[in-house]
Amino acid sequence: MSGHSTFEPKHPALKWFESRLPLVGLIHSSFVAYPTPRNLNYWWTFGGILSLMLVCQILSGVVLVMHYTPHITLAFDSVEHIMRDVSYGWLIRYIHSNGASMFFIAVYIHMFRGLYYGSYKAPREVLWILGCIIYLLMMATAFMGYVLPWGQMSFWGATVITNLFSAFPVVGPTIVEWLWGGFSVDNATLNRFFSLHYLLPFMIAGVVVLHVWALHVVGQNNPTGVEPKSAKDTVPFTPYATIKDAFGMVCFLIFFAWFLFYIPNYLGHADNYIPANPLVTPAHIVPEWYYLPFYAMLRAVPDKLGGVLTMFGAIIVLFFVPWLDTSKVRSGVYRPLFKQFFWIWIAVCIGLGWLGSKPAEGGYVIAGRILTIYYFAHFLIILPLLGLFEKPKAVPASITEAVLGKNKGAAPASAGVSAPQTKG
Amino acid sequence: MTGSRGKETIVAATETAGTTRRDFLYIATGAMGAVGAAALVWPFISQLQPDASVLALSSTEVDLSQVAEGQMVTVKWRGKPVFVWNRTEKDIAEAKGVQLTALLDPIARNANLAADAPATDENRAGEGHEKWLVVIGICTHLGCVPIGHSGEYDGWFCPCHGSEYDTAGRVRRGPAPTNLEVPPYKFVSDTKISIG
Amino acid sequence: MSTTMSFRSTLLRPLAVAALAFGLAAPALAAEGAPKPPREEWSFAGPFGTFDQAQLQRGFQVFKEVCASCHAAHLFSFRNLAQPGGPSFSEAQAKAVAESYQVQDGPNDAGDMFDRPGRLSDRWPSPFPNEQAARASNGGAYPPDFSTLAKARTYEVGFPGFLIDIFTQYQEQGPDYIHALLVGYEEPPEGFTLPEGAHYNKYFPGHAIKMPQPISDGQVTYSDGSPETLDQYSRDVTAFMMWMAEPHLEARKRIGFQVMIFLIIFAGLLYFTKKKVWKDVAH
Repeated sequence: MSGHSTFEPKHPALKWFESRLPLVGLIHSSFVAYPTPRNLNYWWTFGGILSLMLVCQILSGVVLVMHYTPHITLAFDSVEHIMRDVSYGWLIRYIHSNGASMFFIAVYIHMFRGLYYGSYKAPREVLWILGCIIYLLMMATAFMGYVLPWGQMSFWGATVITNLFSAFPVVGPTIVEWLWGGFSVDNATLNRFFSLHYLLPFMIAGVVVLHVWALHVVGQNNPTGVEPKSAKDTVPFTPYATIKDAFGMVCFLIFFAWFLFYIPNYLGHADNYIPANPLVTPAHIVPEWYYLPFYAMLRAVPDKLGGVLTMFGAIIVLFFVPWLDTSKVRSGVYRPLFKQFFWIWIAVCIGLGWLGSKPAEGGYVIAGRILTIYYFAHFLIILPLLGLFEKPKAVPASITEAVLGKNKGAAPASAGVSAPQTKG
Repeated sequence: MTGSRGKETIVAATETAGTTRRDFLYIATGAMGAVGAAALVWPFISQLQPDASVLALSSTEVDLSQVAEGQMVTVKWRGKPVFVWNRTEKDIAEAKGVQLTALLDPIARNANLAADAPATDENRAGEGHEKWLVVIGICTHLGCVPIGHSGEYDGWFCPCHGSEYDTAGRVRRGPAPTNLEVPPYKFVSDTKISIG
Repeated sequence: MSTTMSFRSTLLRPLAVAALAFGLAAPALAAEGAPKPPREEWSFAGPFGTFDQAQLQRGFQVFKEVCASCHAAHLFSFRNLAQPGGPSFSEAQAKAVAESYQVQDGPNDAGDMFDRPGRLSDRWPSPFPNEQAARASNGGAYPPDFSTLAKARTYEVGFPGFLIDIFTQYQEQGPDYIHALLVGYEEPPEGFTLPEGAHYNKYFPGHAIKMPQPISDGQVTYSDGSPETLDQYSRDVTAFMMWMAEPHLEARKRIGFQVMIFLIIFAGLLYFTKKKVWKDVAH
């Protein structure tokens, strides 16, 4: 795909620089002239929102590290020191702790959008897989970050999750001891988690660069799933997508600020305001909300190794979605059956999340098993079969046709489209 | 993609609107964004300042009865070394014998006095307790801790870059630009001072 | 009181938004052997909530005269008494409080630890040197540290209350519980066997609490004419505990309001700018 315009430096100094490192040209072609489908809806602003959240987490995290002490006797108090004594420390700490949840809310919406509109289908398989890798890295980062305040949930969350690895035969117990750097979650564990929690976000940033690169090679998907066919189908990224993304971001920030300033502990656990105590387990251990569906799957399987494999499998299966979906039609908009199954699957995910927060007993376990089976069936049975049996609706010939069809009767529409047809 | 559109697109799309209203909206939005970004930066800068617990770190008390004549002790105040020197008659006389014009830095640098007080020995030593000299033990050049009872002027000698101070802690040989600072302190009793 | 005192955490709340959208109902489970504490009116609740300075001062008095003999507050410093957003004692008053306590310092030049009057920068002295000593003096139970206690206690709100709480911004489950506990001492109902050394409390999970009723009517003399009742003492000390756990609550809500106003205006401007930019492009 060629862009809407190419960057031609006028100033001699800039010309000199560009011929040696075409940096401004790269930025221009990626974020200014980059052709964006004109019909993107607000679900597409979540990519920009996620970039914002990554920057937000890295910046606030770097500041927190300036005041935090990774040692079991000092970690809890140093976080409280940030909350009490550091100028605006409470703000930065709440930005970081609530920001993690906001990051996950945004990434789930981003993933659901991709699944609904078939954004994983050829030629975007690598783009999708890079996204899955980012998601995995996010989970690891968030998990280790939650350990750092060294409250009761930090400690017991770390204990339970690291113990997952003991399920692997033969090497399991050794892996766990090596993860801990000892015979239980202790100071060595806290220190390595701190180190990795600082490292991983930069790895995420690296994969994000690849993700954006891959995106710019294959171009953005759009609600119709029809590739842009002419210049009429796209608009330049700036100002069109930029301003839309900015509006989406600020709306998201309002949502963020509501939690941050008014209910900053709503998404956390009260138990984490109790310093870690290796001798006493809280009555009810649950992970952070964004892990709950996977936690439910872990507990749904009566076998230890089986539970662990199921949990990891639930993420691994996402990597194969591009090949599990056999439909010729990309966007869910034109797939009446898929649409229904998609929403059922979303409900199943939320149901699993709810079960993850419940004690593993009685009906909850049975429900957890049914939903876990459905979760996998969606990917392994429903998606492949739907493509074979579903009769999709007629797909529009082009984005422009779809847009104009939707806006039929809106006079300025066609005029507006032809107006920008000037040579660039 | 075959066609290409450049800046003209934007111009074409917006030229039809009233220029003033368009400009106002764009400027207002841009200004709002700039204000927001600037406001957001402040907490991130502000967190760098000494925090409330550091600011509250109060005074250090020194029991002078334990310091023999001629002896120099080092105490810690706000993480910095403070020299407390029980000077001999000879040291005092030596300090008093120096003409102000002979000093590299004629200002007292005494936190308990006016900023422009001259660097006489009276202004450097303890108020009403001229045998006591209390100075922050940090060379005013680049922050090393000078060595006491040494150097040509019998005060301090800084091993890092060779600055020398006299028996009133006044710089007598560069590269240090100013006299050793006198911290804020007061005599709680004849044998006790409180620094800070 | 036991350190294991934890309750069904607020697990459900995170799913709130999603559950709202999909109408998922979470049945409210009966709390583990204890009724739900009633919701109280707190001056610091809600988007414009602030602490009542007089109440914090009274609460501090109750803490100092009653609670502090067993409970530590190791993150609390004397200087906090005079900081903005708190009980607003003057610096001289805070200093006087500090000086009325002996604080261990040292080692001195002879290598010995010594006691000296407290300073503003000192932390609140703990009643016991360590957890073991505290347990030994309290029948094996550890009186929890007050520093973050008001945020470390909660109860399950249940459906749909936990969703409504997002919108009403109700976050005062901790203070509700503490107040309920302080006024919740009762005679055990018939058939309830109380373990030795325990006391019956209506709101304590399992009902058998090691802490005897800590405060009762008339125990603390207020100078401002407030009622000297258990209920009032309990409210006052609970508010004080909330401030101790979240000392910048007022600043948070104040700045939050400013940020909200800014973001809403900014979003409005962006919306119209976006409309203008996209005016001639059907999408």
